[in-house]
Amino acid sequence: MSETHFLIHDDGDSCGVAVVETIKAGMEVVGYKMDTNEKVTMTALNDIPLGHKIALTDLAVGDTIIKYGQDMGKVVAPMKRGEHLHVHNVKTKRW
Amino acid sequence: MSNMTFMGYRRENGRVGIRNHVLILPLDDISNAACEAVANNIKGTTVIPHAYGRLQFGADLELHFRTIIGTGANPNVAAVVVIGIEPGWTKKVVDGIAATGKPVAGFSIEQNGDINTIATASRKAKEFVHFATALQREECPISDLWVATKCGESDTTSGMSANPTVGNFIDKMNDMGATLCFGETSEITGAEAIVSSRAATPEAAEKFMKTWSAYNDFILAEKTDDLSDSQPTKGNIEGGLTTIEEKALGNVQKIGKRAKFVDVLEPAEAPAKGNGLYFMDTSSAAAECNTLQAAAGYVLHLFPTGQGNVIGNPIMPVIKITGNPRTVRTMSEHIDLDVSAILRHEMTLDQAGDALIAEAVRAANGRHTCAEALGHVEFSLTKLYRSA
Repeated sequence: MSETHFLIHDDGDSCGVAVVETIKAGMEVVGYKMDTNEKVTMTALNDIPLGHKIALTDLAVGDTIIKYGQDMGKVVAPMKRGEHLHVHNVKTKRW
Repeated sequence: MSNMTFMGYRRENGRVGIRNHVLILPLDDISNAACEAVANNIKGTTVIPHAYGRLQFGADLELHFRTIIGTGANPNVAAVVVIGIEPGWTKKVVDGIAATGKPVAGFSIEQNGDINTIATASRKAKEFVHFATALQREECPISDLWVATKCGESDTTSGMSANPTVGNFIDKMNDMGATLCFGETSEITGAEAIVSSRAATPEAAEKFMKTWSAYNDFILAEKTDDLSDSQPTKGNIEGGLTTIEEKALGNVQKIGKRAKFVDVLEPAEAPAKGNGLYFMDTSSAAAECNTLQAAAGYVLHLFPTGQGNVIGNPIMPVIKITGNPRTVRTMSEHIDLDVSAILRHEMTLDQAGDALIAEAVRAANGRHTCAEALGHVEFSLTKLYRSA
């Protein structure tokens, strides 16, 4: 099996999670959906640290981020597929 | 697997312990010195110094008594010496622990002084050590095991590996008739609808939503900014968690996919509706939550971590589980079960859950956990409000 760079909890999630410490900008990365085992490949646009998220689609301000098939917050700065998705571009809806 | 057993200490009230402590327990902060002196005199005793117990009142005082009495009453404790500044509240703690049938004796310092108190309490502690060390473990069904869980220094690997490993354990142990507990009221925020849907009865669901709403209203009333530095914590954010919702959705992976909770417990309240899974209203701070769960009678703790929390407890062994390969590499002395193979796509949750059950039985039989070997004995009383 080729190296798994990221995993996606549920089909329909907006993001994957880096499971290796080696994702660099420009790298071709391979991920799997944990529920269906479907393979997803893309180009990472930033360095993505272990445990950090990578956007699976282009996202606009106000979009809802889905993870575990659930609402986990809103987009506050636009991003492209393959970008690092974290506190600089996503915020809680709770406080 | 339902005929699984472990070797435990069956106590006078029928509950089963997996450790055999003789506790030297202060009622209040100013009795810590005398308790520590007794524990220094008599080898094989365990002392739990703490910060409170004076001028508390109302619900805050009730919680203090429930926690101190519950700690002494825990089946991991064979016998208890209680020391307080005055005899009234000391007796209240002694009577509460004595209801379990275990040996307990109280001593008060006023009109005696530290030195006389230490001398008489030390003689009693020595007697209790002889009593406790003569006790033998016996074979007990796995359904006699009470296990609590809480996660800490979580990151995105927690929700993907260590937490659902605990969830798999909870589903299987619930089927085998164990008594289980989860809590962390504030960290449910974002997953409250999921938890509510896992109540065994409409009453339990309603009680849960009431408890969660009360906690959330308090947080919203007291917060000074957007709380974004506290929930998620700096460590959580470093580990890749972005929002409280994401943290909560990962957190609730710990309760598995099938188990339903039968009731909602007050902090440190012992479950009273038979075996099964319980939700306890607790803080999400590790030492506070674990202290409350131990005081409710839980004898073993499962603590999944991402970035590497090092928590232990003075009477309840804590098992650490992580799926973060960097934490496994940099903090291996703290990790009892490494499930990072899940991230490499080389281990299923079913396999990880079975490995955790095996680890729990080893710890129940007497094998020390990493936190025990490293001397982690964090004990933090939950304080509800200012003292009088």
